[in-house]
Amino acid sequence: MTGILSLTTYAPLIGVAAILLLRLVGKGDEARAASATRWIALATTLATFALSILLVMSFDRTQSGFQFTEDAVWFSGLHYHMGVDGISVLFLLLTAFLMPICVLASWKSIETRVIEYMIAFLVLESLVIGVFCALDLLVFYLFFEAQLIPMFLIIGIWGGKNRIYAAFKFFLYTLLGSVLMLVAVLAMISIAHTASIPELMRYHFAPGLQVWLWLAFFASFAVKMPMWPVHTWLPDAHVEAPTAGSVILAGILIKMGGYGFMRFSLPMFPIASHQFAPLVYALSVIAIVYTSLVAFRQTDMKKLIAYSSVAHMGFVTMAIFSGTLQGEQGALFQMLSHGVISGALFLCVGVVYDRMHTREIAFYGGLVNRMPIYAAVFMLFTMGNVGLPGTSGFVGEILTLTGTYGASTWTAIIATSGVILSAVYALTLYRRIVFGELINPALATIGDMGGREILVFAPLILATLVLGFQPGLVFSFTNASTVHLVDAFRAATGK
Amino acid sequence: MTFPNAVALAGPELILAISALAMLAWGAFQARTTTLFTAAAVAALILAAVAAAFGPHGRAFSGGLIADAGSAFAKVVIYLASATAIPLGERWFARRGMARFEFPILVLLAALGMGMMVSAGDLISLYVSIELQSLALYILAAFHKDDEKSSEAGLKYFVLGALSSGILLYGASLVYGFAGSTRFEVIATAMSHGAGLGALFGLVFVIAGLAFKVSAAPFHMWTPDVYEGAPTPVVGFFAGAPKLAAMVLLARLLSQAFGDSVGQWRQILVVMALLSVAVGAFAGLAQSNLKRLWAYSSIAGIGYALVGLAAGGASGIQSMLMFMVLYVVDVTGFFACLAALSRGGKSMESIADFAGLVKERPALAISMTVFALSGIGLPPLSGLWGKYYVFKAAAGAGLAPVAIAALVGSVVAAFYYLRLIKVMWLDPSPGVTDAPPMEAKLVTYGAALFALPVVLIALIYLDPLAQAAAVALSAR
Repeated sequence: MTGILSLTTYAPLIGVAAILLLRLVGKGDEARAASATRWIALATTLATFALSILLVMSFDRTQSGFQFTEDAVWFSGLHYHMGVDGISVLFLLLTAFLMPICVLASWKSIETRVIEYMIAFLVLESLVIGVFCALDLLVFYLFFEAQLIPMFLIIGIWGGKNRIYAAFKFFLYTLLGSVLMLVAVLAMISIAHTASIPELMRYHFAPGLQVWLWLAFFASFAVKMPMWPVHTWLPDAHVEAPTAGSVILAGILIKMGGYGFMRFSLPMFPIASHQFAPLVYALSVIAIVYTSLVAFRQTDMKKLIAYSSVAHMGFVTMAIFSGTLQGEQGALFQMLSHGVISGALFLCVGVVYDRMHTREIAFYGGLVNRMPIYAAVFMLFTMGNVGLPGTSGFVGEILTLTGTYGASTWTAIIATSGVILSAVYALTLYRRIVFGELINPALATIGDMGGREILVFAPLILATLVLGFQPGLVFSFTNASTVHLVDAFRAATGK
Repeated sequence: MTFPNAVALAGPELILAISALAMLAWGAFQARTTTLFTAAAVAALILAAVAAAFGPHGRAFSGGLIADAGSAFAKVVIYLASATAIPLGERWFARRGMARFEFPILVLLAALGMGMMVSAGDLISLYVSIELQSLALYILAAFHKDDEKSSEAGLKYFVLGALSSGILLYGASLVYGFAGSTRFEVIATAMSHGAGLGALFGLVFVIAGLAFKVSAAPFHMWTPDVYEGAPTPVVGFFAGAPKLAAMVLLARLLSQAFGDSVGQWRQILVVMALLSVAVGAFAGLAQSNLKRLWAYSSIAGIGYALVGLAAGGASGIQSMLMFMVLYVVDVTGFFACLAALSRGGKSMESIADFAGLVKERPALAISMTVFALSGIGLPPLSGLWGKYYVFKAAAGAGLAPVAIAALVGSVVAAFYYLRLIKVMWLDPSPGVTDAPPMEAKLVTYGAALFALPVVLIALIYLDPLAQAAAVALSAR
């Protein structure tokens, strides 16, 4: 099955070509072009999803190494090298899974420049999948960094009132982190004389050098993740981005930070990772407690969920650097689960935003009276966010906490308070929006979710519950690779 | 070295010189420019490029002229860039009723000078070729002679250029005095035990003179004014090829004549590089005129190229060559795009003029976006690859802190590129633009296509060529 990775990566670009072709051939009728574009985008993302399912089905779960590898010589020692292992393959699936949902969610809410919008999304999908498949350091950087372009446009063109500010902030924050990573990437290539990720994993960098390289990669991934205190771009970006943009941002883009830590920081700079673990613990714990409290005080629904994302990513970062098997498995699971749940929560906000065009929490109240289906769906994902057993959120939290407990007891103890705090803000949000009397007269005629919206949520509900009841499904994929990762980390740090 | 051999080595130069002189007579005779006339100039340049690419390698005129892989690589790029400039400028002037037959001839003479610069192996040919190139460019800057700003640009360029030539000449005379020869290889032998204070003094002056030509800070002051005033297609021409020529000359001089004093000149280059990046990034933030903005962007660009050169050795020179080649394509495309756009017959030069361009002229606006993103250095655009080479060489030479500082500067600069993109994509359009002329559109699209997908393939072929060129330039 050589070539399937490239096919999956570039499949969305075929859709882009089709849209452009349509645009060139059929001039004139804007509305028809827009509708055709939507269908093409949906078909393309679904096809990509089908490809990714095929990929996952034929994935050999017993192997810890990279599979479906493709390797072609490029220039100046660089290779076009692709492959997936147990750590990356599920991210690929998550991306392909969320994309059709994003297209569906934007069906009605995006009415201006539909063609450009769908092109930006398809390009973004291609780049994200590329990030998870790249096995050459520079090819990784290519995919990783190029995402700034479509995301800048998505926030800047289709965003809310303050979109320009948010787009610039997002762009410049991320770029600053990435250029530091670029220097580290180039330094690694010139020292190790290879850009191949599997070879670099086996290469032992001198401990003193590891510190600098680790810091440079950390600068990029910490911004992406985002970790406290470089998280401030995220609430702005989320608030201003269109709903589907938020879903992608929270669902996939920020996961690339965690993926980067597991792919680069831990295996390539194990000694530095071990050294800096206390720093990461401290930042993660601050993120969990502090941003949970900040989330509680928000008046804007999206901002609240954005801050909750920062808190949940705190669990992920501390678990990754715990270097324990539960920690790594939990971090992976938490990222996948959060991708589904936070995406769904942003879609829940989008449902009422599309109707009322406001995200002020105080505006709403008593929605259960008019929107019973919505109330039930929103309830499920709120519970998932809190980490109720039976939802995927629970598995991630319990594993990250157990894993961290083994490495740093105090970190785990303080972080556990985050579980309670998340219940506080998430349930408060739910109560203020859904429960109570329907007081605001503007809400008197608000309608419940329609067929398209239910179709959007159905796969997300299914995913949350399946992952909650059958977490082993995920672990069967991640086990071999994470065991390998942890073993190598232990061997290098001598723990 | 027999005479026929020397003639063969100087083939490209002879083609250009003879064509320029013949065309001068032809132009004076018909007293106006025609399509055939322009085409002849382009043909001469392409012929010279072919001669440079496939001609013999060696040294002629007692080392004054060197034809090697390095000069061939640079010459092909320079001649092709000049060949692009001729129709662009010709049509641009014609639309404004200022078509004159001198234009293609001046470009030919400038190209001749640049070609000699990259082949110079002697302080005398170094100086003569720089002057030939510069004098042609001064006139080109003032070519729009009824326009105050253009005349001002030409005058400024000339006065400051003459000053820098004086500095360069003074430095060259010091080097000659201390080394006892003007030939690079003899200078290298004389300096093999380390350059003395006097010779270093001379080298600093020569570097300062060349830094003026490439507009590296702190010798950059003329650049924004000249770029703003000079006719747009002319700016596109002298923002690209002449800088490549001067950088190649600098590389050859530093490695072939002063190769043993790396420690000394590296410091100078690093300081100039970081200053250039900082000036380009911070001063660019305050610009509202796109030509001025791109002047600062080019100052920053030279800063990156100098980082590569400071890394030293073949890999450093290769990185500089790659950066400059990709940069030349970008800057040519950008100014072609600027030359293509006008509103009500007036050139569009301020950033505000570009509001909403993506609705008005989607293809040009997307090209412009590509150039801006390439300027930021985002993958997979060509700008990233220039930086990739430069910073890889820097990291390999232990200049990682310099690389970090320069890249942080690029984040600052990202703001003004983004602002341009924002204006084009998000702001409402103030009015209809004129139909863009064909040749400017073609050059813009060509350069944009190169910067986005084609570069990923082209690099496979450019990389070994630039490497061979760099090896030749650094060999003694």
